[in-house]
Amino acid sequence: MRGWRRADGRKGIRNVLLVAYLVECAHHVARAIAERHDDGDVQLIGFPGCYPNDYAQAMMERLCCHPNVGAVLLVSLGCESFARRRLLEVVRASGRPAELLVIQEAGGTRSSIARGRAWVAGTLPVLAAQATVPLAPEELVIGTICGGSDGTSGLTANPAIGRAFDRLIAAGAAGIFEETGELIGCEGHMASRAATPELAAEIVACVDKAARYYTTLGHGSFAVGNADGGLTTQEEKSMGAYAKSGASPIVGLLKPGDQPPGGGLYLLDVVPDGEVRFGFPNIADNAEIVELIACGAHVILFSTGRGSVVGSAISPVIKVCANPDTFRRLPEDMDIDAGRILEGRADLDTVGAEIAALVTAVAGGTRTCSEALGHQEFILTYKSFTPAGPACLPGR
Amino acid sequence: MSAGQPVLLLAPEDNVLIAVRDLPAGQRLVDGGDEIVLPDAVPLGHKLARRPIPRGASVIKYGASIGSATRDIPAGAWVHLHNLASDYLATAGAGDRP
Repeated sequence: MRGWRRADGRKGIRNVLLVAYLVECAHHVARAIAERHDDGDVQLIGFPGCYPNDYAQAMMERLCCHPNVGAVLLVSLGCESFARRRLLEVVRASGRPAELLVIQEAGGTRSSIARGRAWVAGTLPVLAAQATVPLAPEELVIGTICGGSDGTSGLTANPAIGRAFDRLIAAGAAGIFEETGELIGCEGHMASRAATPELAAEIVACVDKAARYYTTLGHGSFAVGNADGGLTTQEEKSMGAYAKSGASPIVGLLKPGDQPPGGGLYLLDVVPDGEVRFGFPNIADNAEIVELIACGAHVILFSTGRGSVVGSAISPVIKVCANPDTFRRLPEDMDIDAGRILEGRADLDTVGAEIAALVTAVAGGTRTCSEALGHQEFILTYKSFTPAGPACLPGR
Repeated sequence: MSAGQPVLLLAPEDNVLIAVRDLPAGQRLVDGGDEIVLPDAVPLGHKLARRPIPRGASVIKYGASIGSATRDIPAGAWVHLHNLASDYLATAGAGDRP
């Protein structure tokens, strides 16, 4: 594995130039600047809202200073509330080339696009000249998520990802799993894996919060259709998603944007704090992927049964396909065929080892299916969090 | 679990196996040195007892308890709503957890 060393000591496995719009009104200009480059090294992200939000500001700071990012062009309309100067200062302080383009000051759409393209053209050779250095397993952060799940997800892809997590974490990496709303019923088991009793209490409280949040939004957890597929209890259903976490001890509880202080397994709390507002915590899978990436994830392991095709901006997504029929239908989109386990052609340990080997290859530059197909999905919406307490990271 | 069986063992400590295709009653399985004969049909994705599970004992899948047996379950039997119940109290913030 090789990476680009950043001023903060972290290393990236990609050297992306980000074009980031700071309100939806700047989206078109930002896209026109970025879309000239279809080789994947220039990517588009942004926050659509006009009104200020501390979470969105902090997320954009974390994302623009992600180790996989080499340079950043900010595109502002001019009258939105986003603290654009602060973001520019944060990115420049990180040692990255950065520029701010304000459309209302740059003469409008056409001249802003021309200026943005010129800056990108001048910056890409700077990134191309940057050398890579060796990357050790303990410098790697891996996130995992499931989406487009079906009855096979909890039997093949999720436990196989758990095996891969066990291997990568044993080698020193940090692994992050999430979606506490899908872990309701597992909090007792998660608490038993926690590094300290205080962390165990934080984990239980965090799942309770998710249960309250989803209840307020009118979501049940266990549906009749689950029983048809062979699931009997709430805790069994949640265990299927939870299996992605593997068997390592849980050493910390993160909130979006928190960086793991070292190797080991972390739970990411994606459900906002305080009263329920702004609607669903995560409107689609990419909202969770963005939060994992904001925590420093270099690579995302994505388990899917029905066949999600998404990738992400900033960090490569490895698709682990749980269902063998889906793999046959969507072979170009799937990196790993975990459904072989159902057909007796592989076992969980074999597929787990295969996933861990692919993570190493992707960290060495190999493109994932979604990267090669040009997927760069990105979602950032309004949320609010209070900072995690000291009990959440006992190792720090 | 022996290779080539139409069932999945998700964790070594589990006392249930998962059918990877629809299995008919009378299906024979080999688990380690033991032979299991299924008294019931077990659909794809459903659970069957790897060994006898007494009433009140935890049913273990993924290495974790997914509830308790509500009656004695013989080896090979289908495990579902008729003989397994959740131990989970879905009352957010309501105190004692296992």
